[in-house]
Amino acid sequence: MSDTAVSSTGWKPNPRAARRRSADHLATAFGMVMAGILVLVLASILWTLLSRGLAGLSAATIMKPMGPPGSSSGLANAIMGSLIQTFIALLMATPLGLGCGIYLSEYGSDTNKFASCVRFVSDVLMSVPSILVGLFVYQVMVAPFGHFSALAGSVALAILAVPIIVRTTEDMLRLVPTAMREAGAALGATRWRVTLSLCLRSAKTGVLTGILLALARVSGETAPLLFTSLGNQNWSFSLNRPMASLPVTIYQYAGASYEDWVQLAWAGALLVTMGVLAINIAVRVSARRG
Amino acid sequence: MTLATATQPTEDRDRAGASRSGNRRSGPDTAFHLLVAASALLVLVVLGGLVLLMGVGGSQAFRVFGPGFAFRDVWNPVSDDYGAWAPLFGTILSTLIGVVIALPLAFGTAFWLTAMAPPRIAAIVGTAVQLLAAVPSIIFGMWGFFTIVPFMARTVQPFLTHHFRHTPGLRFIIHGAPFGTGLMTAGLVLAVMIAPFMTAVMRDVFAAMPNMLRESAYGLGATRWDVMWKVVVPWSRSGMIGAIVLGMGRALGETMAVTFVIGNVTAVGWSLFAPRSTVASLIALQFPESPAGSLRLSALLALGFILMLLSFASLALARMLRRDTK
Repeated sequence: MSDTAVSSTGWKPNPRAARRRSADHLATAFGMVMAGILVLVLASILWTLLSRGLAGLSAATIMKPMGPPGSSSGLANAIMGSLIQTFIALLMATPLGLGCGIYLSEYGSDTNKFASCVRFVSDVLMSVPSILVGLFVYQVMVAPFGHFSALAGSVALAILAVPIIVRTTEDMLRLVPTAMREAGAALGATRWRVTLSLCLRSAKTGVLTGILLALARVSGETAPLLFTSLGNQNWSFSLNRPMASLPVTIYQYAGASYEDWVQLAWAGALLVTMGVLAINIAVRVSARRG
Repeated sequence: MTLATATQPTEDRDRAGASRSGNRRSGPDTAFHLLVAASALLVLVVLGGLVLLMGVGGSQAFRVFGPGFAFRDVWNPVSDDYGAWAPLFGTILSTLIGVVIALPLAFGTAFWLTAMAPPRIAAIVGTAVQLLAAVPSIIFGMWGFFTIVPFMARTVQPFLTHHFRHTPGLRFIIHGAPFGTGLMTAGLVLAVMIAPFMTAVMRDVFAAMPNMLRESAYGLGATRWDVMWKVVVPWSRSGMIGAIVLGMGRALGETMAVTFVIGNVTAVGWSLFAPRSTVASLIALQFPESPAGSLRLSALLALGFILMLLSFASLALARMLRRDTK
């Protein structure tokens, strides 16, 4: 408010200007405080994760399977289970997502009712609460067969991955100039050949980014696995039986009252976060290069 | 003669070959078209099946309790009496708290990042925030469980109860034993979870504005805040609404971050500090104990159906608002 004080020369700033200036000061302080709070909170999460996760992380964590509290157990089967399930999920989601994305960009013009419907549905699917996907897969793949299975978990993860791959594939293919398609057609290439060997190839980096982002999103998902692959204390490589996964194990162990289980949960949380962040950083680096 | 008979088949074969290669040209193309269209159809079928199964599975509950199912505030597995209001209330209120806390955080941070921060620091903080938006939600749940819950139980709740116990309006909001779990804790964790995401989107939206507009406003003598409030915000209104609604959608369906910190009690009340439950947390906890064909399972599926509608409505709202402002 010192702005409004009369100076020795008698000059006085316009009260409106003074008000604007103090509003600016207030807003500046607001922005800085908010940014400070957000950065501090996020740093506190990372710090908690690092300090408690590193304390629980050892060679045994990665080498030994889960076990009863008190025994020196690890997370090896959960890590393996997560890898298997996300890999199979991507194996299913990639062709489907690519196909759908190709359809939307190459055959789905804006006047195509079916295509705009699919586009909308894919967007809806992207924002569906992941636990509902778990419920759906339970009804379709677990209840009829009477047992939980790793395959059901993979399907649930695939459903979550597909819309991400669809969106990036369509966006990236749309960036391919029409001239490229016309050049391909002029050389006598058929449409599928133009799409696969020219468009998809030139959009390769972007499409790959989409698949990686889907991987990152899916590898930390817990809710859709609760009712599908359930979790497993022991080694299991059968897709037809319950399989452990890192996020579900974290969920089960974090709430337990055994100190060593809680410690393992933190170690698992650190591993999952590191994995997800590593994928995201890889995406960033490749995007900068591409 | 021999020559003629020899050439005849060759010609035939050529013609056949040509027509076959013509077929090959259109055949694989049609097949490819059908293949990609089929995968598009499959995506459609998955969502259709999802909605259908929820609706069909929940129809028993809707039949037994009528359309008022959504507003009945009982959830009693012992007497097999169910209503959706307690978890729905929890979901809506915790989401609202989350968005209300996250919005100033995200807007302020995006403002700072685009208008004030030195470029190098802005780049680092911006990237960090974007990366943290990808952290799995269970991590936020765990952090809330081990950090926020004890903090609420030991510091915030005793303080509030001590000072505001007799304040008429506040009494109902802070009422409850100091467990540390509840809507406020859930809202805080949700806010921390969606704030990086909202910040990242808002920053992109703000940065997308042509610099010319910004410079013109500064040229006219506008302050930083004037530029923000009167130029950047109106220009990027639709993107900001999109960011808010997307964050809201995430909070609505969030399971893991909430289940850890909400306390999981199916009760209705205005206290923000008493254990409650949300639709997603209730499904996560009670679904494994619900036998197939039971009324409880049907009630949970009906809850899922309502949650689906809510998340669908928030997406539709985002699209509508975006179209309106464009």
